[in-house]
Amino acid sequence: MAENSDTKTDPVFIRIENVTKKFGSFTAVDNVSLDIGRGELFALLGGSGCGKTTLLRMLAGFEAPTSGRIMIDGQDMTGVAPFDRPVNMMFQSYALFPHMSVEKNVGYGLKHENMTDAQRKDRVRELLDMVQLTQFAARKPHQLSGGQRQRVALARALAKSPKVLLLDEPLGALDKKLREQTQFELMNIQDRLGITFIVVTHDQEEAMTLADRIAIMDRGVIRQVGTPTDIYEFPNSRFTADFIGSINLFDGTVAAIKAGKARITAPAAGCALEADTRYGLSTGDKVSVAVRPEKITISRGKPRSTAVNAVQGEVLDLGYFGKDSLYRVKLASGALVRVSKVNDQRLSEADRQVDWEDKVWLSWDARSAIVLPEERP
Amino acid sequence: MQKRSVFILSVLCFGFAFLYVPILIMMAYSFNASRLATVWGGFSTEWYGKLLQNDQVIDAALLSLRIAVVSATFATILGTLAGLTLARLGRFKGRTLFSGMISAPLIMPDVITGLSLLMLFVSLETLIGWPSGRGANTVTLAHITFSMAYVAIIVQSRLTSMDQSVEEAAMDLGSTPLRVLWDITLPIIAPAMISGWLLAFTLSLDDLVIASFTSGPGGTTLPMLIFSKVKLGVTPDINALATIIVCIVTLGVVLAGILMMRSERQRQLDEQRAQAEAAAPQPGIA
Repeated sequence: MAENSDTKTDPVFIRIENVTKKFGSFTAVDNVSLDIGRGELFALLGGSGCGKTTLLRMLAGFEAPTSGRIMIDGQDMTGVAPFDRPVNMMFQSYALFPHMSVEKNVGYGLKHENMTDAQRKDRVRELLDMVQLTQFAARKPHQLSGGQRQRVALARALAKSPKVLLLDEPLGALDKKLREQTQFELMNIQDRLGITFIVVTHDQEEAMTLADRIAIMDRGVIRQVGTPTDIYEFPNSRFTADFIGSINLFDGTVAAIKAGKARITAPAAGCALEADTRYGLSTGDKVSVAVRPEKITISRGKPRSTAVNAVQGEVLDLGYFGKDSLYRVKLASGALVRVSKVNDQRLSEADRQVDWEDKVWLSWDARSAIVLPEERP
Repeated sequence: MQKRSVFILSVLCFGFAFLYVPILIMMAYSFNASRLATVWGGFSTEWYGKLLQNDQVIDAALLSLRIAVVSATFATILGTLAGLTLARLGRFKGRTLFSGMISAPLIMPDVITGLSLLMLFVSLETLIGWPSGRGANTVTLAHITFSMAYVAIIVQSRLTSMDQSVEEAAMDLGSTPLRVLWDITLPIIAPAMISGWLLAFTLSLDDLVIASFTSGPGGTTLPMLIFSKVKLGVTPDINALATIIVCIVTLGVVLAGILMMRSERQRQLDEQRAQAEAAAPQPGIA
């Protein structure tokens, strides 16, 4: 590749080029191209069967692409066996060797390395220190808790200092509390070692907190690649907007465009909407206006301006979650809008400002909404 | 409620009686002083003494053991390879045929297996001069052939239930497929191989029909000897021999059971301890 000749300044460390993988007539990964930088913590996010694990397995070498190729650090990986790749993987099931002690598990990858026994011992000790399992070195995997097994798997995968570490649902088998803690441990370790991490997950929260960049996959195709902020605040399609977090969508047509803002007529909203647009839209285009629940202000009183982005409705449902509350508001058109509000004041139920069946106004800033082009099927 | 438990109890007793009374009678008659198998003539251990002096019986028992050990070992090796092929080679052409053919000896009547192997040995001898005559060697070969299928089935089912990512992990860590087999797969399936070996051993020790077809001079196994002796009438020394075999088998089964129970209990204890430790706050882990 011509542009890859200068690897030092090239941020591309892993290049996935038009990779397609078919299993019989089923296309698991469909013409995916993706660049991942050195030292990045990259997440492949998607539902089950979206092809994220297949892509990961192709990076590890367990599956060969039907077409296309994968380059790691400027090297073409086509035809390179898993045991010859500068890549290690942490498996979803952890895949610890049940008949070996923790120490032997971690040291397994070093067996074929050019090392003296003393060096090997030191390296294993160092890795066990890193994951705080030194005192469990002699235990067998079945004598460990889930969290400890996860850390053994991590230490084992890092033993050979791979250029890339692949993690398949690394936190999937842990309970919620442990997951949060482990998440930060993972990030710290990645930060310290500077190894490129590619994480496969179906958990959007996990992807958002862990990753530098996220690729959202759906039916073998990458729908959007970007930082967590990019993906949350500037989704490029209804699919990603809907996939990450929750969102209110109003279908409509573009009435006018002025200074980067589009004015949209949306029958469901019952008023004119104004929103930022990043796309080259023209008058008459069919679009959706997307607003996140937490960006909507809910009030019983009339907002200052009711010309745009202000709709009236009735509270249909109220969910109290402690730190925030979720309202489902029914508009005159019958459309349901979700609004969340941080409970920044301590109020008893009697003092609640907005209650069931209250008539309320919903309003939001034009900058808080985004116009999405109509979905291309 | 009361009625039902009486019914269940009597069924249980009847079932156990059906299984064990014949064996108990046989064991009792092995201590019979009388030469007649069906008439009780007082307690005696004379038949045990006579049995131990009977070279014919001892030789046959030793031969049977030798054949069982050798054939079980080879059957385990070949059966494991077949099991690996079936479980790991994916979908190759003729896989269904291969798996069907590997399990055919399981359902083939022993008479047919024995007869066809006899034909094979005879025609091989006329064609290439080997095996020259039939005896212990041909019995061993025959036993390998039919018990291999059992090992293959056991190993295959263990392999399909095993988490394949363990093998992938080893490969990911730099091991070639052959190394993975040696380091990871074989240790994990070792219990299945051991039970396969034990099954092959028992099958070989127990076999009369196939051995009768494929044996020759100097190849009289214990079942063949017993059978030929019984043809002339049941003698108390056969009862004694059977009692010894039953005792050995019982001892083995009980020992294996105790060992398995103990390791299972240890395993549960270990897991509980690990969970308890994980639940307790651990200083130094943040």
